[in-house]
Amino acid sequence: MAIHASDAVDFESQTLTIALTQEPPQLNSTKATDQVSGTLLGHLMQGLVRYDRRGKVIPGVAERWEMDEKTATFWLREDAKWSDGKPVTAHDFVFAWQRVVDPKTASEYAFILAPILNAAEINEGKLPVSQLGAVALDDRTLQVNLARPTAYFVKLAVFITFYPIRQDFFESRGDQYAAEAKDLLYNGPFKLTEWTHSASLKMVKNEHYWDSENISLNAINVDYITADTRARLNLYTDGKIAFTRLDGETYKDALSQRFRIRRFTTGSTFFLEYNHRPGKPTDNRNLRKAIQSVFDPDEMVNRVLATPGNLRGESLFPVWINGVNDKFRKEYPAPQAGYNIKEAKRYLELAVKELGSIPPLVLLVSDSPTATKQGEYIQGVLLNKLGIELKIDVQTFKQRLAKMTSGEFDIVGAGWGPDFDDILTFGDLFASWNMNNRGRYNNPEYDRLVRLTMNSTDPKTRMDAMGKAQQILFDDAVILPQYEQGVIYLLNPKIKGVARRVIGPDPDFTYARIVP
Amino acid sequence: MLAYTLKRLFAGVITVWFIATATFIAMHQVPGDPLMNDKAVSAEIRANLEAKYGLDKPVTEQYFIFLGNMLSGDFGISFTQQNRRVNDIIRDHFPISAILGLLAIFFAATGGVLWGALTAIYRNRLPDIVIMFLVILGISVPSFVFAALGQLFLVNLNSLFGQSIIPVAGWGTIWHMLMPSMVLGLGTMALLTRLMRSSMLEVVNEDYIKTARAKGLSPTRIFFRHQLRNAILPVITVLGPQIAAITTGGFVVELVFAIPGLGRYFVQAVQQLDYTVIMGTTVFYGAFLVLMVIIVDILYGFIDPRVRLS
Repeated sequence: MAIHASDAVDFESQTLTIALTQEPPQLNSTKATDQVSGTLLGHLMQGLVRYDRRGKVIPGVAERWEMDEKTATFWLREDAKWSDGKPVTAHDFVFAWQRVVDPKTASEYAFILAPILNAAEINEGKLPVSQLGAVALDDRTLQVNLARPTAYFVKLAVFITFYPIRQDFFESRGDQYAAEAKDLLYNGPFKLTEWTHSASLKMVKNEHYWDSENISLNAINVDYITADTRARLNLYTDGKIAFTRLDGETYKDALSQRFRIRRFTTGSTFFLEYNHRPGKPTDNRNLRKAIQSVFDPDEMVNRVLATPGNLRGESLFPVWINGVNDKFRKEYPAPQAGYNIKEAKRYLELAVKELGSIPPLVLLVSDSPTATKQGEYIQGVLLNKLGIELKIDVQTFKQRLAKMTSGEFDIVGAGWGPDFDDILTFGDLFASWNMNNRGRYNNPEYDRLVRLTMNSTDPKTRMDAMGKAQQILFDDAVILPQYEQGVIYLLNPKIKGVARRVIGPDPDFTYARIVP
Repeated sequence: MLAYTLKRLFAGVITVWFIATATFIAMHQVPGDPLMNDKAVSAEIRANLEAKYGLDKPVTEQYFIFLGNMLSGDFGISFTQQNRRVNDIIRDHFPISAILGLLAIFFAATGGVLWGALTAIYRNRLPDIVIMFLVILGISVPSFVFAALGQLFLVNLNSLFGQSIIPVAGWGTIWHMLMPSMVLGLGTMALLTRLMRSSMLEVVNEDYIKTARAKGLSPTRIFFRHQLRNAILPVITVLGPQIAAITTGGFVVELVFAIPGLGRYFVQAVQQLDYTVIMGTTVFYGAFLVLMVIIVDILYGFIDPRVRLS
């Protein structure tokens, strides 16, 4: 077992030491779904394109590309290499993407390749894998045939599911691929040299990476793996790790230690999701409209959550999503109910007329302390302002998911994080065909707007459609936005150049450097 | 003796089978499954996943497949870490929990016997009162409080000296093991202290002690040869299950001190409903517990000749 007694940062050796919150469950890019694996892979591998420090898409393995309604063509750079020195070719992308859609892989993120011709049919077992609309015209040219015009395809291609995998290496490892550090090939800025499960990892600079001269860090050591926030704060205080996320409890401790607390808005929105199944009281629009008007959006952020970085919840669409020329929320401001007790009581009367009486409602929440706190706050507001009784149903992870799927709730505290940098990643959430639409909201007009956004390439058409969708979400009170998530964290002051991202590897240490 | 051991081992096998079956049934009764996730998948992908992991078969068929695999020693592949076999997880991480557990037991046993004997000798005087108060704390305060306090103590210690003397978390050297094993052993130490105390007080009033004194034996000899040896019997009885409890109960300590033991996998598997890891670790721990109890029973036979004859 390797014993690293490294310090958080070392200027001479340009080494960084951090902790992970959990053992990375899956470093096979075709199957990984979680944030920890995603962030590691973002340092170890690279796709056709990547993000710069400001979140703009820039060339990665591909040096340029062209797109039209039917195809996207990528030209790969000459000097992109794997960690064994061999070049990264278009064939590596074709092979990886075929693995993703292959039903035998059973990849949970296969849906993200849906814009590629035949991807959906192959995943359903109706076509062979060779029919995937991704072809290597030659070693350095990749042609992607699209199933439908997809304006945001290049932005999709940043995602880890689109990373390349070399066929001969993959097949030589069999079902041991990605099991250990030696069972992976790396084409990113770093390579994994050591991996002691649940204990530590070591990433060193990949000398074969095409841009390695611009990488300052020589190594990133993961010396500790623990989900306990307080333990990580203790490690940070002890000078052993360079970065840690804080929660409500550790925030106070970090403040009293006079650490500089940094904040970051993660780009996820959290909201109350209603059960729209027929027969459920929350299927009644008047009841939902009543609830919509009794909340002060600032209270949740300032009093209940009470940590920096959170933004008030106004819409399903977070502030960072781009519209036509500016941010979507600037061009299409979110409709606001505001606190209007008269309106709320009026709606409530209508609801009571239609329903007879309002039974006690069940609010399904996760078992985290913040979720329970939020639940109690909502319970208090509903009882005091509307006289509606709310029962809080606390469930652990899987049990909560099971209840969400089977519809055993009236309201559930839900959230959504973006998968890719386009408005659809939030917009299609309440389409009737989306399995993540746990409340089973079904509105043909909403569905129509989503389809329009999916199939059109004209930015104005798409954003207008989503603007209307945002209005429907408000008019129908489909959800009740609660907040946009912010996180607070500590970062060693000697590190510069760390990028925090809403999408993509986060935090991203690729271009970080340690100053004396 | 041999017949006795064989009988116990056979009963042990039945017990482990029962543990496995009860766990399997309970596991499948709990709502949810290993394949569910925050981001739901389409019906097709879900079907692919179920077919791949055999979850589309009827539960009874899954049970017999599991039994068959278990008998050949194969617990399958983890659902959450699909590149790791459950056997490898147990093999890689149990030794760490075992070392942590053994060290904790060592602290608990030596401490328990020592403090227990002290309280008996100084019964109702100051040392007794102080130690018994600490014992109540040790039994009632949950381990995560001790773990957090212990780690905080180390942080403050290090900052006092201006450098990292004792690591506050991690694993690898004896220095890493000190605080976690002490925290882990505290509850058991408190338990053993109480046990030792009442056991000693009982023994001290026995006839053979009076005889030994009448014979003129030195107090030290009486203490070690006669009092201790008899008083320690209840402690040893309890030691077997306690070893198992400590080795399997290390979850909180492993979490706070970032120790790569099996305890974390054990608990997180239940949260994640990772069927294969749940079955593998439960059967393994069950077998371990049963084995510890049998070993203690056999040991008993050596320490107390009266047991052997019955």
